[in-house]
Amino acid sequence: MWLFNSSVGRKFVMSITGASLVLFLLFHASMNLVAIISPEGYEWICEMLGANWYALVGTAGLGFLVFVHIVYAFILSIQNYRARGTERYAVVERQDGVEWASKNMLALGLIIVLGLCMHLAHFWAKMQLVEILGEEPASGMELIRMTFSKWYWAALYMVWLGALWFHLTHGVWSALHSLGLNNNIWMPRIKCLSNIVATLVVLMFASVVVYYFCMGCCA
Amino acid sequence: MEKTINITLKVWRQAGPKAKGGFETYQLDNISTDSSFLEMLDVLNEKLVSERKEPVVFDHDCREGICGMCSLYINGHPHGPDSAITTCQLHMRKFKNGDTITVEPWRSNAFPVIKDLMVDRRAYDKIMQAGGFVSVNTGGVPDANAIPIPKKDADEAMDAASCIGCGACAAACKNGSAMLFVAAKVSQLALLPQGKVEAARRVKAMLGKMDELGFGNCTNTGACAAECPKSVSLSNIARLNREYICAKFKD
Ligand code: HEM
Ligand code: SF4
Ligand code: FES
Repeated sequence: MWLFNSSVGRKFVMSITGASLVLFLLFHASMNLVAIISPEGYEWICEMLGANWYALVGTAGLGFLVFVHIVYAFILSIQNYRARGTERYAVVERQDGVEWASKNMLALGLIIVLGLCMHLAHFWAKMQLVEILGEEPASGMELIRMTFSKWYWAALYMVWLGALWFHLTHGVWSALHSLGLNNNIWMPRIKCLSNIVATLVVLMFASVVVYYFCMGCCA
Repeated sequence: MEKTINITLKVWRQAGPKAKGGFETYQLDNISTDSSFLEMLDVLNEKLVSERKEPVVFDHDCREGICGMCSLYINGHPHGPDSAITTCQLHMRKFKNGDTITVEPWRSNAFPVIKDLMVDRRAYDKIMQAGGFVSVNTGGVPDANAIPIPKKDADEAMDAASCIGCGACAAACKNGSAMLFVAAKVSQLALLPQGKVEAARRVKAMLGKMDELGFGNCTNTGACAAECPKSVSLSNIARLNREYICAKFKD
């Protein structure tokens, strides 16, 4: 199967899963913004998604995407490490125009996984999971206020979002490039788009963290 | 007026493909800044021969930037610190008096070291043999202008065709990927009507061979294009991806 046996196929899987996750993040982040604009609206969203069949299907789909993305990330990284050969260069200089993020996608990804575990424990385990188990879910707004009023959680979330930003500044244009959607004219454009998308996603998430951290300080 | 510099060379010495290699340090004095990098290595070798030591083995042929043989990794850069030139086009005026210059062979799983700085780059030839050509019946030669080709396509094909198969792309890549080379060789034909006919078969065969030979997966870092002596553009890789994905979806 070419999606597994060929390098371009593997990159195709990587870019499709990555790009789908980016779309999900955009969706997730815009829901979060509601928590600032209208806490009641946010509670309504939490309730509406809850453990309904469409939310469950979505969650399962997401889990699948993340799983495939991570498994492929490791396969690609191991293959690439081997391809470099046993003997390493003694002198390594950086080249012009090579982004730092592009060489550290796996490390950034690992930070994202750790952050994801923290995030799932904070929110998902207390909301959707308990609802699946047939109990009363915690209030989304309460969890937000509680978590982000602690400076250490807020700080960890910011580090996590920082790693995500680096991952996406390279990831978005790289995904388009891997899919073949690039040429000399579009190269600077999609790199710019990549920075815009990464910044937008991270700003949307970060604003909720910062807003509720400040609220926690004032209270 | 001629200027000379004194340099210290750290050169990778390895007796054979399986032997364990290591760096040897050499001191060279009064090297003319007008000499080329390879001439400097010639001076080193003359010195070594006169001392009855074994000269350093390195690949070279045309010494004018067209054959792609001079595969040296100098101070952390394939083809040295200057951009858009091959090692043979690099001059000693790029270095300062008292510099230490580290010279290593290409390091990639698919390019095993033969001896010292010389590596086996036949993997690229194998990729070409797998499909990097147009099958034609050699009959009467058609008129050059019989098939009109848009200037833009012709230029892009020409730019891709400037690849000399030197291997610097795979040598520079943290993933040991040969994508820039394969992309250039696929593009130079896929852009032209004569090459389009076999484009799908070609891209599948060449990429298949590349994967089989143990090159890595491209993660679009762009180190290859930054180090390519012929400035082959990264967007050729997007074309390669496009050609391959479309060919696979048609199957
Ligand atoms: C929110 C989560 C994530 C999103 C939105 C995301 C998005 C992306 C995107 C768009 C790409 C570019 C694909 C391409 O170059 O074709 C990518 C590449 C990559 N991702 Fe992620 N990713 C996420 C999580 C992770 C995780 C958890 C890991 C690893 C443990 C990871 C590891 C990688 C690696 C190693 C690459 C480079 C692969 C390559 O270029 O060959 N990512 N990611
Ligand atoms: S693409 Fe550039 S670096 Fe790679 S083989 Fe061709 S000329 Fe050398
Ligand atoms: S010796 Fe021919 S390109 Fe350098």
